[in-house]
Order: sequence, then C-alpha cells, then structure tokens
Amino acid sequence: MADGSIGLWTVPLAVLGGAIRVSTPFLFVSLGECITERSGRINLGLEGTLVMGAMSAYGISYLSGSPWLGVLAAGITGALLGALHAGICSLPRVNDVAVGIALMLFGTGLAFYLGKPLIEPTAPRLPAIDFGWWSDIPQVRAALRINVLFLIGVVLAPILYWAFRTTRWGLLIRTAGESADAARAMGHSVLLIRLRATMVGGFLAGIGGSFLSLFYPGSWNEGLSSGQGITAVALVIFARWDPLLCLWASLAFGGAAALGPALQSVGVTSGYHLFNAAPYILTLAIMIITCSPKRTLTGAPAELSITR
Amino acid sequence: MDSGTISRRHLLQGAAALTLGAAAGLRPAFAAETTIGFIYVGSRDDYGYNQAHAQGAAALKKIPGLKVVEEEKVPETDAVEKTIESMINLDGATLLFPTSFGYYNPHMIKMANKYPKLRFEHCGGLWSEKDPKNSGSYFGYIDEAQYISGIVAGLTSKSGKLGFVAAKPIPQVLRNINAFTLGAKSVNPKATTQVIFTGDWSMPVKEAEATNSLIDQGVDVLTCHVDGPKTMVENAARRGAFVCGYHTNQSALAPKAYLTGAEWNWEALYPKFVKMIASGEGIPNFYRGGLKEEIVKTSPYGEAVSAEARKAADEAKAKFLSAEGYAIFKGGLVDNKGKTVIPAGTDRGQKDPELEKMDYLVEGVLGATS
Repeated sequence: MADGSIGLWTVPLAVLGGAIRVSTPFLFVSLGECITERSGRINLGLEGTLVMGAMSAYGISYLSGSPWLGVLAAGITGALLGALHAGICSLPRVNDVAVGIALMLFGTGLAFYLGKPLIEPTAPRLPAIDFGWWSDIPQVRAALRINVLFLIGVVLAPILYWAFRTTRWGLLIRTAGESADAARAMGHSVLLIRLRATMVGGFLAGIGGSFLSLFYPGSWNEGLSSGQGITAVALVIFARWDPLLCLWASLAFGGAAALGPALQSVGVTSGYHLFNAAPYILTLAIMIITCSPKRTLTGAPAELSITR
Repeated sequence: MDSGTISRRHLLQGAAALTLGAAAGLRPAFAAETTIGFIYVGSRDDYGYNQAHAQGAAALKKIPGLKVVEEEKVPETDAVEKTIESMINLDGATLLFPTSFGYYNPHMIKMANKYPKLRFEHCGGLWSEKDPKNSGSYFGYIDEAQYISGIVAGLTSKSGKLGFVAAKPIPQVLRNINAFTLGAKSVNPKATTQVIFTGDWSMPVKEAEATNSLIDQGVDVLTCHVDGPKTMVENAARRGAFVCGYHTNQSALAPKAYLTGAEWNWEALYPKFVKMIASGEGIPNFYRGGLKEEIVKTSPYGEAVSAEARKAADEAKAKFLSAEGYAIFKGGLVDNKGKTVIPAGTDRGQKDPELEKMDYLVEGVLGATS
C-alpha cells in the first residue's frame, strides 16, 4: 500500500468504476430506445444520434462556455433527429429499420463533417460529484467521482418503469406498441404517439452523447462512440424492453468494458483481445441462454417490425 | 474491384497516368503542376499520428508547383487501393504517401506493381529488397525521442511506476515501449513500465479506462502509442499524473502535467523528399533517421521537469546527435521473460534491421505481447 498500489483490488474497483463511467451513454440510449420501441417502432439511428449529440454538446459547450447548455443542445439535436426518423416513418410503406440505418449513417457523417473544427479545441467539461470523500484510498475516490447525468439516468429508469405501468401516457405508448388498431379505436393518433416517443428517445440518446464528449472520455473525436449507440439498441432487446433491466444491462456492459484494461494492469496479459470482447461475448451468451424456438421474445411489443 | 477484366477506359486512364508520371519524373523542376497524394487512416486533426503527417503535407502545399490531395479515414483494407487508384486516375497524382502501417502489404505493393512509373512512399519502414523499386518506406527512429521521454519520466516519477497505453503489439510499438523503459532504467534502475494494449489505434473509451487502471496501480507518469493521445493526456492530467506526449506536441492540453514528448518532424522531411526528386537523385527506398537527421524531435520540457532531469535528458540527446550516435539496444539485453534477446557484445545500432522485427518486451516492462 505504501507505494500507492492496491494490487489485485484494482480489478473489482475498475469494474465498479467502469460500470459507473462507461455505462451512462448505454443507459441513456437504451432508455430512449425503450420508449421508442414500446410505442411500436425501432430507431436504429440512435448511433448517429449519439454521435451527433456528442458533437453538438462539445461544440455548444466550447462556444458558450457552459457544458449544461451543451447537454441541452445535444438533447434538442437528438429530438430533431428523432422527429426526422418518425416523420419519414409516418409515410406509408416505409420500413423503420431501413430508415434507422440511413439515419445512423447520416448522423455520424454529419457529426464528423460539422465536428472537424472541434477535434483540437478543449471545451469546458461537466462537473463530477465526489462520492468518495469517506475513503482515504485515492483509487476509490477516483472511481466514485460520479457525474450527475449518471444519477439522472439511474433515477430515470425506475420512473420510466413506473410510468409505463401506471400513467396514462405509459398506457398510450404501450397501446400503440401492442396494437395500433386498439389505439386508433380509442381515438388516438398512432403516428403522433410514435412521433413523440421517438423524439423523447432521440432526446435521451443525444444526452447520452453529451456524456461521452463532455465527461468521459471527455473530448470530441471521431472514434468516440465506437459503436456504443448500436450496442445500446441491442441492449434494449436483451433487457426485454424493461427500463429497470436496461439499467442493470448498461451497468454490466460498462463493467465488462473496463475488464480488459484492468486485467492487463494487474498482469493478466494473455488473451486481452478476448477480454476486450467481453461485452459482446456477454451479449451472445445471454441471447443464447434466453432464446427459445418455441415462443417469441417475452415482453416484445407486438407492433415492432422485428416481431410482427 | 472488377478483378480480371481490364476495361478500355481503365487502360486509357492507366496509360495517361503513366505518361504523366514519366513526365514528372524527368522534369528537374516542377514546371508543370505535380500532384502528391496523402492518405490518412484517421482524422488529420487528431492531435496525433495523422495530424503529424498532415502538418508535413501542409509544408508541401507552400511549395509552388505542387498540388496536394488528401483523403482521411481510409481503412487499412482494399479501400486504400481504391483511394490510390482514384488519386492516380482522377487527380493525376504521381507521388503517393499512404501513411498508415497496414497500407503497405499487400495494398501498396499491389499498386506499386500496377503503376511501375509512379512513386509510392510508405511510412513504416517495411521496405525490403524483394519489394518494387518504385516504392519505398521511410520511418523515424522515434524510439530515440521515447528514450529521452523515459529519462525524464524516470526522474519525475515518485513511485517508479510508469504506464504505457499502447494500441497493438507490432514491432514499432514494442520498440517505443522498450526504449521508453530503457531510458527510465538508465536513470532509475528500479523503474518499471506497465503496458496496456487497447487492441486498436483509436479506442477513446478503452484508452481512458487503461489510463485510469494504470493510475489505480500507482503509475504516476504515462505515455502512449495510439493514434490520438488526447484522451490519455487529458484523463491522466485530471487524475494528477504526469504525461509524456507522442506524435505531436500535446502540451496545450495539459500544460502542468506535460513533461516532454516524442514528436515526428515530417514538415522537415517531406520538403526534403521533394527536393530529392527535383534534383533527379530520387528518394532512397529505405529512408530512416532519428534526432540527428531531424526526422523526429522532442517537445520542449514542461514546468514540472526538474533541473536534474533536464540535464540527464540533454546529455542523452547530445549522445544521439553526436557523430557516432548512441545504441539504445545494447548487447546482453534481457527480455521480461528472462531470455537474452541480444547476445552480449553485439550492440544493435539504430539502423540494425533486426530491431525492425522486435517481438519482445525488455526486462522492466510489465505486460506481454499476446
């Protein structure tokens, strides 16, 4: 301990710290996608939304000097991309998966184009709250420096869970997702519900992007997302469209992402490519364990194009 | 591509390019406009590898009669062949710089065989006698600058634990890790370097996680070999650790934490290449150099560097700049598995091709190549 090392304890601590640091974008994107999919539509474009959110947050934070304005800008950008997706999907015979892929490429391409001049400058970052004040160990303190966006995400998950079950809005979204005809029979516009659900989903995904550029890793560059948005969309299926499970799944993915580097730092060096692939192996394993040829995925909204 | 069949259009384009190339090769000065193509694997303002090359390309743009075409984010797949073809056939490029390591074999070799009159210059030092004569590979002995970074790091670290965030265990990366470690050990024999491989050239989240894990292990000076060191530099500085930069000068990102850094000096080299072609002597196929040849340089010392460290680093630099040079990899070198990798009595000087095949980590490095 005298030399400031905590030996093998680094690994669980890094997994914990990683779960907190890395999971936030997964959490926001998956909660957003959860809302969208519950209304009966898949928005695969959230990868593009995440990257656009990261870029616009960084740009606005840099220009205005306020990272919170950046977060807001990221949310608005995300909502606009969501509206674009929903708008195109409102047209007859449009496939939402195809539109999503187009918007994914559009979002990342546009973000790279507009973000060119933002790679070099350093923008003000979001502050962190120190939850490790009780500990003398600097490593623990570092792992527990938590950003408020993570806390918002953690609180948002149970609120969404509750809202889906008990509120009028939750019921409407679920109705649109389970049976569009029933929603229409009740006198509601399915397209309007889905537009709103996709916009809210985009808003949250944009905020997830702002966490990437304004907190961790904390700068804008083109490799920033490296597929986290699309992983988060898959995470929703893996979490069975349940906001609470989305939270746990995001934490697991964040922790798994930290595993590879942490194991190398304590000297477990063989097969680091395998450890770096841990999140994907985890997904495959759970998909295989939970799938069944005899029934459809439990919890899947009936109107989703992948289950219909 | 449309392999096998050579369309007439293709043939004409190729023929046109060949004539153009031959013409450019014969002309002593750049009477007609000569087009030079630069291909980058990432974004050219990444505070790193690609930015260093783009700075070199920018130096060429200032020379009258030269036209520079650039393409960014070209993956190390047959995509680079398409980019090269389009630069040759559409832009009329006669000198090409595919700058990323993985472009060389088979992609650039294939193109060099297809367009024997054009000149291909690859950054990475892979050229050997069996490769096409119209291709070449240049590289800088940046390990000299890394050795000096190691000296500064070894004298600045309080824990004696240094950290290295690396992309892939290829010879150039291993050589940097080893040189950095040997530099540190030359002034602090107990110093160790913990290395973490992220698996690819640009993985910001993994690089940030690696940085945090290293600091959690007690590492207090870090450096890296990834395409964009910005993530490592910023995250390490936030945790209160010191950093040594790589590729370009990152001191603006963390003025207090930045000690020194190993930088490329392409803006000095590329104009030299152009002069060599203009004078008719041509570029040697295998062009290498270090601090003395001004292909690499070190960043100015940061404020945290002690007088002792400055002195030791300056002395080492003077040795590299001297006429006889200085061998980092001396005889009797032992790797971190206890095996003697360089037999006693045979110093491996910088130009020794054996060093290009480096597949070991020296004693004092914590980590493994696979």
